[in-house]
Amino acid sequence: MVGVYGNDFTAPDETAPRPATGDEPETFRALLEGEGRVEPRDDLPDAYRRTLVRQIAQHAHSEIIGMQPEGNWISRAPSLRRKAILMAKVQDEAGHGLYLYAAAETLGVDRADLLDQLHSGRQKYSSIFNYPTLTWADVGAIGWLVDGAAIVNQVPLCRCSYGPYARAMIRVCKEESFHQRQGFEILHTLSHGTPAQKAMAQDAVDRYWWPSLMMFGPPDDDSPNSAQSMAWGIKRFSNDDLRQRFVDMTVPQAEALGLTLPDPEIRWNDERGHYDFGEVDFTELFEVIKGNGPCNAERMAHRVRAHEDGAWVREAANAYADKQAARAGADVA
Amino acid sequence: MRDWPLWEVFVRSRRGLSHVHVGSLHAPDAEMALRNARDLYTRRQEGVSLWVVPAAEIVASSPDEADAFFDPAADKIYRHPTFYDVPEGVEHL
Ligand SMILES: [Fe+2]
Ligand SMILES: [Fe+2]
Repeated sequence: MVGVYGNDFTAPDETAPRPATGDEPETFRALLEGEGRVEPRDDLPDAYRRTLVRQIAQHAHSEIIGMQPEGNWISRAPSLRRKAILMAKVQDEAGHGLYLYAAAETLGVDRADLLDQLHSGRQKYSSIFNYPTLTWADVGAIGWLVDGAAIVNQVPLCRCSYGPYARAMIRVCKEESFHQRQGFEILHTLSHGTPAQKAMAQDAVDRYWWPSLMMFGPPDDDSPNSAQSMAWGIKRFSNDDLRQRFVDMTVPQAEALGLTLPDPEIRWNDERGHYDFGEVDFTELFEVIKGNGPCNAERMAHRVRAHEDGAWVREAANAYADKQAARAGADVA
Repeated sequence: MRDWPLWEVFVRSRRGLSHVHVGSLHAPDAEMALRNARDLYTRRQEGVSLWVVPAAEIVASSPDEADAFFDPAADKIYRHPTFYDVPEGVEHL
């Protein structure tokens, strides 16, 4: 299972919770039909709750694991300006994770449990973060393509039926556009620099293009949970529609960058009013989801280590809070 | 290990406006809750003042009883100025 930046899909051999649609409370149906928002204390069907917990948790995990590929370049950013920008971006991703964990907690789960499930591999994160950042240009490609794809996935979620998730997404989306622009700017600078810099930018785009298209999930006919998510107002557009939207946005931007997208089949289709593009190789996606991507083990090991290394800070903060409370109690008495 | 308690965060975006709920966070105590709220919810100058409230201290009305609870106001349309007929030509009323 993997909730990809607000998309929810499974590898073919994994199963999502199957909803029992018959037993939805009437109040819930009425809220959805009126395009109303569902709020935490409403009577929610179990399957709706479980689907949301899984999707929001995996979205949150993606945000915090997503700090790693870019965090890798903070100490080696080519200028102070780039370094300050990258730190701000990575800090935003931490914030996105926190907004989303808070939204998940409104459904009655604990953040600590969700982190446990991430660390033990029972919940996943977006496969895109299992690709390595080999050069500085990769930081540009991630901002432009990965954050770009995330925006396309996330904008419709601002109207998701679950209020706390929708509100978190509004905050996230406001912050994302700077992420995409700074990535575009990095690539634009490189592609107008020396031939070596331009080659580095092209190489990054070559490696990140197809994985970015995979972020939208499998084709519609192969996406068994989509229909239910649409009926519940969690998902608003199909995977293929969102992927097409992303391609249509990105092709002209690539031209402005002076870089080519690594797909000879990309061409404008006048009849459809969209760009045609080649077929995505989803066997690769499912391999990465299963744990066989280039960086799966490294990302998890780093995440678990960071969590364990931080244990003493959490304990110390608790001890300090207890001491302050005890003192305040003694003063009152 | 014991989990940090949950705090609800309210931000006043400008002077003259009220504090609005923006979300929640975990923190061991009130002071850390304020600092975390600053880092989490006002990274782009979204606020000039912050409130943090222990989530456990909030008392809320129940959505199940919302109808019965808010109904008494429904039939008191005379509480709105539009309920009243004003004769033609009368101004400033
Ligand atoms: Fe993000
Ligand atoms: Fe981002």
